[in-house]
Amino acid sequence: MPDSPFEYAPAPESRDIANLKPAYRPFINGEFVDGAGEPLKSINPATEEVLAEVSTASKSDVDTAVKAARRAYEKSWGKMPGAERAKYIFRLARLIQERARELAVLESLDNGKPIKESRDSDIPTAAAHFFYHAGWADKLDYAGYGPDPRPLGVAGQVIPWNFPLLMLAWKIAPALATGNTVVLKPAETTPLTALVFAEICQQAELPPGVVNILPGAGDIGAELVGHPDVNKIAFTGSTEVGKLIQRTVAGTPKKLTLELGGKAANVVFDDAPLDQAVEGIVNGIFFNQGHVCCAGSRLLVQESIVDEVLAKLRYRVSTLRIGDPLDKNTDIGAINSREQLTKIQELVDSGDTEGAQRWTSPCPVPERGFFFAPTVFSDVQQSMRIAREEIFGPVLSVLTFRTPEEAVTKANNTPYGLSAGIWTEKGSRILWMANQLRAGVVWANTFNRFDPAAPFGGYQESGFGREGGRTGLEAYLDV
Amino acid sequence: MSDRLSVTKTYKLYIGGKFPRSESGRSYPVSDAKGKFLANAAHASRKDVRDAVVAARKAFGGWSGATAYNRGQVLFRVAEVLEGRRDQFVSEVSACEGVPAKKAESLVDTAIDRWVWYAGWTDKIATVLGAANPVAGPYFSFTVPEPTGVVGVLAPQSSSLLGLVSVLAPVLATGSTAVVVSSAERPLPAITLSEVLATSDVPGGVANILTGRAAELGSWLASHGDVNALDPTGAAEADRAELAKAAAGTVKRVLSVPAEEPDWTAQPDIKRLRRYLEAKTVWHPLGV
Repeated sequence: MPDSPFEYAPAPESRDIANLKPAYRPFINGEFVDGAGEPLKSINPATEEVLAEVSTASKSDVDTAVKAARRAYEKSWGKMPGAERAKYIFRLARLIQERARELAVLESLDNGKPIKESRDSDIPTAAAHFFYHAGWADKLDYAGYGPDPRPLGVAGQVIPWNFPLLMLAWKIAPALATGNTVVLKPAETTPLTALVFAEICQQAELPPGVVNILPGAGDIGAELVGHPDVNKIAFTGSTEVGKLIQRTVAGTPKKLTLELGGKAANVVFDDAPLDQAVEGIVNGIFFNQGHVCCAGSRLLVQESIVDEVLAKLRYRVSTLRIGDPLDKNTDIGAINSREQLTKIQELVDSGDTEGAQRWTSPCPVPERGFFFAPTVFSDVQQSMRIAREEIFGPVLSVLTFRTPEEAVTKANNTPYGLSAGIWTEKGSRILWMANQLRAGVVWANTFNRFDPAAPFGGYQESGFGREGGRTGLEAYLDV
Repeated sequence: MSDRLSVTKTYKLYIGGKFPRSESGRSYPVSDAKGKFLANAAHASRKDVRDAVVAARKAFGGWSGATAYNRGQVLFRVAEVLEGRRDQFVSEVSACEGVPAKKAESLVDTAIDRWVWYAGWTDKIATVLGAANPVAGPYFSFTVPEPTGVVGVLAPQSSSLLGLVSVLAPVLATGSTAVVVSSAERPLPAITLSEVLATSDVPGGVANILTGRAAELGSWLASHGDVNALDPTGAAEADRAELAKAAAGTVKRVLSVPAEEPDWTAQPDIKRLRRYLEAKTVWHPLGV
């Protein structure tokens, strides 16, 4: 780390705000119930301490929850006027805003992400998703799918651990707005905010069964996906599991949307505003410890400026603070689980073996907990695993190109297609690149922007379907 | 009776703008609805499917990159040439579907009109499905539909022309390219359609038409790593789950289609266009 004129005293957020309880339970038909599955312990990845014991669902609980959702769909939610549904969803949005600080602290405890991100990004955006979709509930006639588009019924939703509450919002808000009821399985390692969201559903007096939350592992997700009385499956997670789900759903009338992995190219031209670009690169790969499916994990730099970019990048990265997620000064928090840390380590080792040049930030790394120092590989070839496989950690691979055409070819040289970045001052080149890149989201001179009004989703093996905007409603309508 | 012997035609595949025989050397007899021999059609093989996918991928950049106006013109040109061949289509549809000439005329007319309808969508679909996103921040964010890529189409088995046009035209209108397996028992209108495509400004490889068996060729299309979407309309219902499973290997978009062949004479909506489009969202900061 360079000698910094700035030294920060620790500024920890109080963990008491999280209202952490010793035990959490599944939420079925409007009630917290004991799940019949094996209880799990949710741990704080920054300290490895047990945060709470969580009762999990069994296969029979999945069935009970689907039945409750079906009843709620038929008896109340599915036939409720859109304007009434809207008010419930507005309530959810407001309650999330009211409890934002509690949710942010809890999210950082459970997930390991820095409090500045959960506080300023995850939780406000989650509330925004409910607010945005609430307004759609009584305007679906105008969504472009013909008059009076119908809901699908019961939606089974499986979400990942990288943005636990935000992914919940991305799934539940549009499902409810369009008149569906929901059974959602949060990730095994991050169930806590979803279960506080269940409390919020109670506070909003949402009719019982409209939202059901079932903590559990992959087997419970598989049970939900395979359940014959579920009409729609929405999944966000790895491409590998996405393919399994697509296979399971094949041949059934279930409607499916998948948000899967990515290996985004972040393309920097020699005329780019370099300081801004470096900020964008850092944000693109180190936001949320790189646990982002649309992370800019492949940096493509025009050859003439690669040394300059690398120098600036290394300097900037070395100033990132890694440590206590609850410290407001922390830039990079904990890796979500030991399992994930092992995966990152394994892929990074492959980078060494295959001959890439590894640079690791010299920043001090906590001794306890799951942490991985920001790492930048240069001299990366397209054939290397670190250029092809999703690492899902704070690891950047730097490749070079000479011409815009070469940049496009290299950027598109992946089975994924979720996102891409472009950095250049030349407007016409931005628009040309944006056309050429085979990716669902293209950020130009910015990165990692999300908004409920802007559709998000992938090309190719990054999945199908969109979340957000008018386009996103299609996933939950029979059209 | 005339003493002139008619010249019979050898029916071939349509791949990359050319008319090859099947690589396998196979052919199969095609009969009319009454069982009378009409022709031997080329019996496409797995290799033909692969060649067609290569051709479709090669053509994708140019076709998807053409202006919507240009694609509309090219597709409208197809309708013009279809119209010129109207009588030939009527007799082929009548023969292979076993319908009276009047009915066949109506089916062919609807097919031509359908092609015109889809041709007109090329430069409207982005307006209808795209958006300027009102995001909460100083960014210009817009969403445009883009073609999904190479589409494998198992054409309807019964409706030899109207059904085929109804499933192929939307693929081409979006800017995607197609590999089509024709109706197995009623392939002649499909072969004639490929002659129309070859002579109407559609770049070679944009549409590839294979005569053969959906049951055999469908699985190669469904599992092919360079096919982005699959329309299983012409597959037997019993085979569709397997096709959809194979398609999962590369996260293909699989069209959800009704169990039975629908009434193709009904006016379609834009559902089929939507299925072959991705939504791309582009962001840029606002500032001075």
